[in-house]
Amino acid sequence: MERLKVKDTFLNGLIKNNPIFVLVLGMCPTIAMSTNLKQGFAMGIATTFVLIFSNMFISMLRKIIPDKIRIPCYIIIISTFVIIVELVMRKYLPELYSTMKVFISLIVVNCIILARAESFASCNRTFDSIIDGLSMGLGFTLSLSVLGFIRELLTSGTIFEITIIKNFPQMQVTSAKAFGFIAVGCCMAAFNQIRINIAKKKGVK
Amino acid sequence: MSIVLIIFTALIADNIVLSQFQGICPFLGVSKKGSTATGMGFAVIFVMAISSVFTYMVYYYVLVPLELEYLKTMAFILIIASLVQIIEMVIKKYSPTLYTALGVYLPLITTNCAVLGTANTAIDVGYGLLNSFALSVATGTGFLIAIFILSGIREKIEKTDVPKCFKGFPITLIAASIMALAFAGFSGLFA
Repeated sequence: MERLKVKDTFLNGLIKNNPIFVLVLGMCPTIAMSTNLKQGFAMGIATTFVLIFSNMFISMLRKIIPDKIRIPCYIIIISTFVIIVELVMRKYLPELYSTMKVFISLIVVNCIILARAESFASCNRTFDSIIDGLSMGLGFTLSLSVLGFIRELLTSGTIFEITIIKNFPQMQVTSAKAFGFIAVGCCMAAFNQIRINIAKKKGVK
Repeated sequence: MSIVLIIFTALIADNIVLSQFQGICPFLGVSKKGSTATGMGFAVIFVMAISSVFTYMVYYYVLVPLELEYLKTMAFILIIASLVQIIEMVIKKYSPTLYTALGVYLPLITTNCAVLGTANTAIDVGYGLLNSFALSVATGTGFLIAIFILSGIREKIEKTDVPKCFKGFPITLIAASIMALAFAGFSGLFA
């Protein structure tokens, strides 16, 4: 098996294969949890934690897990770490937990985690898988934070619940929900445009 | 809450996709064509309805007596995953026509967060068996409505000249946001 370069693996998840803007995985927590910066960041960190440890364990056990029942095995490993996150958050961050409860338990079915388990952790070394989990997780966290920043600023004029723009006309809850879709769509388009520009530059050279 | 209210709220006012943001992956992924979208929608209703009964039973008759509520997430996802497998086998054996219609979409449903999300919601709110069944069917139908409308819009978008960077998912998300606005109009209706 060829050895992957750590740097390549790391940058892969962060930019080249950014889970949200390029692979378009895990859209549910993306849209639901990026209403403000704090939630987006917390969701990103929680997912990163699960991603790193599930990748690590799956790649350690990749030779033991029988091929036919691999998906249920992956799900059990993933849900173990999701339960850990749930219990830790309930104890130490009860306020945040109560608003994010639904989507914390839905990390189990987050496509990013299962996709990485299936396409990366199940056929790579443990160390590489940990790096992959870390980079995918950070890519996810970064995208969620950017979205959270934009959405929080434009819906309520605050950042981290600190008022930035005074007398900002608050957006209604229902339209703020619809705005979530638009924000994600526009960010994705902007990301695409950047990639098109980069590709053009490379073509010219 | 009365059962009629539960159904209408889940169906339109608090639509699973457009208002609760669950099940967005299949909503964006398999909405390219009307026929596949409806296939997915019906498969979701089917699995949701059956899984709601099973998750209810397991939660109240197994997990609660054993005081293992914290294992809810793991138990539910395993129930859903195995149910999907069993349903797939049963349909394959007894109804080949239904299998060819739903077959491809069934395995995808395991990772549809709407199914797990609805099972969780029914438990968190504390609904009885009948109410959680109604909630699941209505939620699934809400999903079908949303994905069907979106597929219609996407078929039209295919024929239009969209800026290059907006092609594919971005323009679909923007179409979805306008749908969400339309559905949001119903939100005060049943409150």
